[in-house]
Amino acid sequence: MENEKTAWERLQIVHNKNRPTVNDYIPLIFDEFYEIHGDRHFGDDGAIIGGIGRLSGIPVTIIAQVKGRNINENKKCNFAMPHPEGYRKALRLAKQAEKFHRPVICFIDTPGAFCGISAEERGQGEAIARNIMEFMTLRTPVISIVLGEAGSGGALALGVCDHLAMLENAVYSILSPRGFASILWKDPSREEEASSIMKMTAEDMIELKVAETIIEEPLGGAHNNLDKIAENIKEFLSHEISEISKKDIDELLKSRYTKFRKIGEFTE
Amino acid sequence: MLEDLFKVVKKRFNDDDNKAETEKPKFKCPRCQHMITEEHYNELLKVCPDCNYHGRMTARERIAITADKDSFIEFDKDMKSCNPINYPEYEEKQQELREKTGLSDAVVTGQAKIKGSDVIIAVMDSRYMMASMGSVVGEKITRAFETAVEKKLPVVIFTASGGARMQEGIVSLMQMAKTSGAVARHNQAGLLYITVMTDPTTGGVTASFASLGDIIIAEPKVLIGFAGRRVIEGTIKQRLPDDFQLAEFLEEKGFVDMIVERRKMRSTLSHLLKLHGYVPEQEEA
Repeated sequence: MENEKTAWERLQIVHNKNRPTVNDYIPLIFDEFYEIHGDRHFGDDGAIIGGIGRLSGIPVTIIAQVKGRNINENKKCNFAMPHPEGYRKALRLAKQAEKFHRPVICFIDTPGAFCGISAEERGQGEAIARNIMEFMTLRTPVISIVLGEAGSGGALALGVCDHLAMLENAVYSILSPRGFASILWKDPSREEEASSIMKMTAEDMIELKVAETIIEEPLGGAHNNLDKIAENIKEFLSHEISEISKKDIDELLKSRYTKFRKIGEFTE
Repeated sequence: MLEDLFKVVKKRFNDDDNKAETEKPKFKCPRCQHMITEEHYNELLKVCPDCNYHGRMTARERIAITADKDSFIEFDKDMKSCNPINYPEYEEKQQELREKTGLSDAVVTGQAKIKGSDVIIAVMDSRYMMASMGSVVGEKITRAFETAVEKKLPVVIFTASGGARMQEGIVSLMQMAKTSGAVARHNQAGLLYITVMTDPTTGGVTASFASLGDIIIAEPKVLIGFAGRRVIEGTIKQRLPDDFQLAEFLEEKGFVDMIVERRKMRSTLSHLLKLHGYVPEQEEA
């Protein structure tokens, strides 16, 4: 693995227009995939896709944020910024997975939840909060992988899991470095400086006990060898699902709670 | 007409008494711009007499008007945040705020009685870094729920927050998961959780424990939302209507159960607690 890159350099790799998206990975990782649409309340959000598939023979539920690579794709997936109905679709699929005892695999790849009138009117905050709470007690294994960028509560809504993996160059943050610089220093142009202090790389996530695994990318980034990175992801998932499925569900829920319970630094 | 003329003259040549009156500190309502003296505003429990905007209170003030006299027992009073991402001057800023506000961070938690019913109560205080949620807020809220589960008590939280504590980076984001997990356990134990949204409840707090109450109350005219107004205006490139993200808007859209005036809050909470079986051992007068 390449350990010498700065957060800023990794961000450039993540934002490379050829970086694979979940749509590239699904056919290479899963044996079959049936997409499922809608939240049953309002509509179908293009920023989050979901479905049922098979991973090395085992049925799984897949929930993923989708990035586009051209203007038409981005129009459809809203630049991977979900609306509340996207999160509610995710929750519906997770509950369905619980009913049929299927593990849930979430692919996170979003700059953040959509900020707009429609999102506020339909309860963006409530939708994210509900997912976070429900995933915490979901009685089936949940594995999440950050493919590119994971921004704010919009990412966490698919990030409450038993095992979080980061692709080697992926980043996870409270908000974008640009937003961070804008809020704290009133100067969005200081985004590179912000990225250097925010602690947002995969290694930072391991150190802060937010993530458990780093999945190695091909030299220079995932876009340089799609087959290789897909193989690495599949290998990780197959191994982790067989391990996690051996665990008692009550034990699993206890350790899921404890993982998040322990995060925080304070004195008394 | 003649009277008006005299008024102007009187204003121009203030005697000492009037001068003292005009120099009294003023409160300007952020909703209707109405100006009143702070003294009067405080007498009105910080409610604007013109538009009924329910202004921000300190945590101590809130507890004083909500809990039975001398019933409040504080938890984790001295918990202080570390600096998980080594953000420059974070410790210094906090020390300054601690001295200024007498708080150790942005939330006060504890056990209290409301008209005799025992509750676990948490009150956020926007004077402390806009009551943003970092390690301490996350931990204290989580412990409050865990204690409530142990003691089989309901939880009442007065929320107010600018969102996540940026200065604690990703650690701050994870407090959303931690607190929501604690709400989930309290919920599974069949216990009541009432949220009272006060001005302003936004960002990561809206997107976690604030939105998860069995009953969600809001005070009139308070700001509630996920994204900041300026962020949305930046996206849509136009000005948002004045009532956007106010409590009344949230009620209309179905995300707030009821809007309750401050002077009726204590009795409303007491009735709701009793309706859920939390009956006082010995009812207070």
